[in-house]
Amino acid sequence: MLRENIRMSWQNILNNKMRSFLTILGIVIGVTAIIALISIVQGVIDESNKQFVGMGTGRVTVQAFGTPLKQGLSFNDIESLSQIENVTGVSPNLSFNSSVVKDGNVVEDVVIEGKNEVYFKTTEDVISRGRVFNILDMESKNKVVMIDTELSESLFFGRDPMGENIIINGTSYSIVGILNDESSDDIMSMIDSSSAPNGKVIIPYTTAMTMAGIGNIFTIEIIIDDTNFMDQTIDKIESVLNQAFNFKEDSYNLINLDSLLDMMETLQGMMTAMLTGIAAISLLVGGIGIMNMMLVSVTERTTEIGLRKALGAEPGSIQIQFLLESIFLSLLGGIIGAILGLSITYIASDIIGIPFKINYTAIFLGVGFSAAIGIIFGWAPARKASMLNPIDALRSV
Amino acid sequence: MSETILDMKDIVKSYRMGDEDQVVLKGVNLVVHKGEFISILGPSGSGKSTMMNIIGCLDTPTSGTYLLGGRNITDQSQKQLARIRSKEIGFIFQSFQLLPRLSARENVELPLIYAHVPPQERKIRAEEMLKKVGLEEKMNHRPNQLSGGQQQRVAIARALANNPTILLADEPTGALDQKTGKQVMNLFKELNQEGNTIIMITHDINIAKYANRIVNILDGNLFEGDVNYA
Repeated sequence: MLRENIRMSWQNILNNKMRSFLTILGIVIGVTAIIALISIVQGVIDESNKQFVGMGTGRVTVQAFGTPLKQGLSFNDIESLSQIENVTGVSPNLSFNSSVVKDGNVVEDVVIEGKNEVYFKTTEDVISRGRVFNILDMESKNKVVMIDTELSESLFFGRDPMGENIIINGTSYSIVGILNDESSDDIMSMIDSSSAPNGKVIIPYTTAMTMAGIGNIFTIEIIIDDTNFMDQTIDKIESVLNQAFNFKEDSYNLINLDSLLDMMETLQGMMTAMLTGIAAISLLVGGIGIMNMMLVSVTERTTEIGLRKALGAEPGSIQIQFLLESIFLSLLGGIIGAILGLSITYIASDIIGIPFKINYTAIFLGVGFSAAIGIIFGWAPARKASMLNPIDALRSV
Repeated sequence: MSETILDMKDIVKSYRMGDEDQVVLKGVNLVVHKGEFISILGPSGSGKSTMMNIIGCLDTPTSGTYLLGGRNITDQSQKQLARIRSKEIGFIFQSFQLLPRLSARENVELPLIYAHVPPQERKIRAEEMLKKVGLEEKMNHRPNQLSGGQQQRVAIARALANNPTILLADEPTGALDQKTGKQVMNLFKELNQEGNTIIMITHDINIAKYANRIVNILDGNLFEGDVNYA
């Protein structure tokens, strides 16, 4: 019986192809909108999250502006910060541009970065060859350097730079490592990278401070062990910094990627809810369209309903037939919408440059929504059909 | 006399029209035996259609008892009435009432679907019925590819499909020319001779005469006329 009802309902949709198509258009548009918008928004946010994570979560960047009396962070401050519970280490960031000389070849505008051993412990794949700096390099302010391949090619074209010396600011440095081109940049160096066209070298930060003639550090990265206790740890960091700068306002700035990620997540949730809301309105309109069409169909087929009843159709059977018809219509709209939505997502992903990912939640939401609409908006017309008095129905001929 | 299949006692049917009740059937008594061919003859407005609706279990009487195949029809739910119609009644309408999108065979299968007959058997039974009314060549034709007489034959095949207790025909020749009307009436006679019980509602005395028994209906009352005109 159910099979017959399915067949009859389907047949009727096919018999009115143009009308069925126009009826489901509202649902198609609604579902397309839901799937495409949610998938694209999700894709964009996922992608930017990934980039943020690549820059390093579990880190807090401190920019110290200092006070007129105390500019930047001292070694003691850094030591105090390192002692905080749940802090793995503190990695100072300092960079400036200088020229590098080898055998009379001068390369201008090379970025000189000062780093400590914590940086190498907490950042992967910094170098492709050689060794990284250790704590002894920091304490003894060793004249060691890592250079990137760009600089290496400018100065040592065709030769192995390892173990060679270069001169920066009149001092000779021994090359101990080659930087990995692929190494992921941390956020601060990305911000600073406005002018670094001619290569980059890394030297121990203590050495760098001496070279630049400064006694304090202006930016550091604090590496956090367990990000679940981020908030507590940040409180402690702030209390150390407040003491260091004598509670002066705006003396420092904390940049916390994790809180940024949290914010992005909230934003995504809000965007999804909003888009779903808008699409739901269009689905509602589509549902009313289906209800309208079903009511017309019931009126149009009054005689047929009467005849079916005279031939022994139970009211329930008539109701199911009409209900199935509206469910099929809206599901059909949902499926076409899903295909269109995914196609649009695919094309948009390609244009925006984010990876195409099938968002199953959005599909489930869209198709589920449309099926629900079929039931909700099909129920009243189907009920009306089932309640028709066969006598009146047959008389209308 | 053979088995009684329809027994109506004091059937009253009234409709509420505005403030007053309009009595359409005023205490009708009718007994039909198996194998009878009976005409209910009356002019329009006599209560003919109401009579047919009640016999056909499309409507229930206001008062009185109606036994069909030994079952009391008087107080049954819509759902039960549908089942009784499916099993006991084969309807034949003036305007054939075939579904235009379905082939002749599919139209005949329709009552079998509602009687929950499995698909294979449906097909066989429908083909058998169409053969019986002489349309074995037209099984896959749509109604609009058939003449009026052929369409009414399909409708008769459909009415026969569930092997009902009563074939109930409402002006079966009303939409046909005289010659085809005659053919259809002869088919009715044949079917009656094969043992089918037929109740035919008509306003046309010439058509009514094909039956073995004529009952006149006038102003909501039933009179047994001079039986056996034929």
